[in-house]
Amino acid sequence: MPDRFYGAGLPGVSISGLGGILVALEGADGSGRSTQIRLLKDWLERRGHAVAEVGLRRSTLVARELSAAKEGHTLGHLTMSLFYAADFADQLEHVIVPALRAGYIVLADRYIYTLMARDIVRGADSGYLERLYGMALVPDAVYYLRVSPRILIERNLQKSGALDYWESGMDIGLASDMFDSFVKYQTLMGAQFKQLQERYGFEVVNGNRTVRSVSNDLRARIEAKLGATLSAIAP
Amino acid sequence: MVAMLPSPSASIDFAALKRHDYRGKLIAVEGLDGSGKSTQIYLLRRWLELQNVRVSFTEWNSAMIVKGATRRGKKQQSLTPTTFSLVHATDFAHRYERHIVPLLRAGYVVLCDRYAFTALARDAVRGCDREWVRNLYSFATVPDITFFFDVPLATAIGRIMAGRPLLKFHEAGMDLGLSTDPAESFRLFQGRIRDEYERLAIEYRFTRMDATRSIEAQQQQMRSIVARLDLARYARRGGTNA
Repeated sequence: MPDRFYGAGLPGVSISGLGGILVALEGADGSGRSTQIRLLKDWLERRGHAVAEVGLRRSTLVARELSAAKEGHTLGHLTMSLFYAADFADQLEHVIVPALRAGYIVLADRYIYTLMARDIVRGADSGYLERLYGMALVPDAVYYLRVSPRILIERNLQKSGALDYWESGMDIGLASDMFDSFVKYQTLMGAQFKQLQERYGFEVVNGNRTVRSVSNDLRARIEAKLGATLSAIAP
Repeated sequence: MVAMLPSPSASIDFAALKRHDYRGKLIAVEGLDGSGKSTQIYLLRRWLELQNVRVSFTEWNSAMIVKGATRRGKKQQSLTPTTFSLVHATDFAHRYERHIVPLLRAGYVVLCDRYAFTALARDAVRGCDREWVRNLYSFATVPDITFFFDVPLATAIGRIMAGRPLLKFHEAGMDLGLSTDPAESFRLFQGRIRDEYERLAIEYRFTRMDATRSIEAQQQQMRSIVARLDLARYARRGGTNA
């Protein structure tokens, strides 16, 4: 039951009495994040909880423009960074907070940490981002699915037969070859997540394992951390 | 910490709000709607162009890339103080990265009809945390000259209302819920923005213009201030328009 913001918060938004639970899952494309979100949703709904989902580029406000911009590769890093922040803020105010107020369990398919890590890897100042995302609610639990770059490559190639331009960090010129760039970029992202993990204290989950064992691990962690709250809201 | 990477925007410092050392010069005009600032910056631009200065002009809220989002948000009235702020910051960032900084580096005189101060004032009035907004715009350099067109509230409002029978929802600050009457809401909203400008004028050393004077007198004053910039340095090289 989130009851505080990281920093400045949202003007005009009261967060007292948010009855729901906010759980965020972080991890690269191919980390199994979306699969795990789906499994968690099944698990929670089976137990009678109402679940709402949010994720990057899903706001009604800017998702369309953001996707177009992503496709065109025409925006600078700073612009892209703020565009994503607007997308996040719109969902925070129009989905996350209302759903929590209504007692939902909100599953965030990535939260502010991915956005911060991406920007820092692109040269942004971490203090700048920390103050910017002071608008965010502190989630009840955050899990980072850590997967080695090699396994990420394998999974991405299996899924779509190609590596994604952005997830390979091709915009920052780490290597002209996409494969090399992907490995370098994901290594940098992994290091950045480590920094963020120390700062924000989220839990790191070994995502190199099978879907089933990761899923069991996540359930056990959620049960241990939020079990009491979960049974309190659905006795 | 991961080492900073060389990147296309490496020249932009995300963290610091400071004066730039680019070759060009940055001149901004700020003030209430109806203060006459757009007329003045237009005349300044013409004066610079006619003496062959490399000059470029950009105005607030004009980047195409976020126009759709702003329009949709305003139409659905789904913009909150935070998202309103972020959408405008995105728009500004785009113009900043793509136009303002490259032009300054190339030695242009860049003229801005409204600058980050517009956001600092409006967002604060809408209830955003002042430090949060200041941080948001901390990537932007302080202009070399910021002209602030100071006009009594009643005069500004009179000018706007005369030319426009209907005030738009956000323009009138209706989202603040100050009044259900658009004209009254606009008056209260503009009054608060004026208070914010007063704070900023001191902090950022605005050059205050008496916007009740004649157009010609104001323009003459602006030109004499801008002339101190050693304009020959910004002259277009090779060939003239003559």
